[in-house]
Amino acid sequence: MISRRHFLLVLGGFAAAAQAQLDPGRQAQRKAAMEAAVRAVTGGAPVREGKVKLELPPLIDNGNAVPLVVTVESPMSAADHVRAIHVFTERNPQPNVVSAFLGPRAGRARIETRARIADTQTVTAIAQLSDGSFWSDSMHVVVTLSACLEEGLI
Amino acid sequence: MARVVVRVPAQAKRGEVIEIRTLAAHPMETGFRRTQLGELIPRDIVRSLVCTYNGVEVFRAELHPAIAANPLIVFTTVATESGTLELHWSGDNGYAATHSAQISVV
Repeated sequence: MISRRHFLLVLGGFAAAAQAQLDPGRQAQRKAAMEAAVRAVTGGAPVREGKVKLELPPLIDNGNAVPLVVTVESPMSAADHVRAIHVFTERNPQPNVVSAFLGPRAGRARIETRARIADTQTVTAIAQLSDGSFWSDSMHVVVTLSACLEEGLI
Repeated sequence: MARVVVRVPAQAKRGEVIEIRTLAAHPMETGFRRTQLGELIPRDIVRSLVCTYNGVEVFRAELHPAIAANPLIVFTTVATESGTLELHWSGDNGYAATHSAQISVV
């Protein structure tokens, strides 16, 4: 005779196994896509953490329009300025979010937009400085209602 | 209809950093959604925004499907001289919108 407790344990085991089987392939695929997107921007140059500040709400109710601010510490002079700011996500169908190209005439290295965040994941901002170095900041966000899931509802 | 809202201060001091806020009315269809019959809805997004200050490009952004509908972009520029700021949005299916704003620098 199988007890309720035993049955639930087995069921839980199956669910965990199914998830373990499903996830890694897809996750690896998305991770590879993000790495490829980052490489396309940096050309394989090392990306250091710092200087960049990515601001997102840590808990997102609705992933369809998430306010996103990227600021980079920079004097924005002709000799030392931010050339570009790129934002990537780990688990959206496509890793790129936005690429902004600035120059010394921007005055301040700050951009603001609204993004779609598909899932609980890590969002990364990478800035390219005028000396060719790359700096980044990442943030883990939790999404309760994700974007891109309304498939078939329209 | 290409409808765009742009907010630029009408007046600024020379050398002041001004903030430009712009929003385009656009559905930003991602190309990943399907209809009830399972057909993929083709992608229809705004792909780029270019800002020129008296004809010189000062800001450019490339957008991807991960930008929310009615894309909002906020950026800054230094008020160098009186003149015209022009914003050009362009996207899939021949979407194009241009908005120009006057700024007087004192």
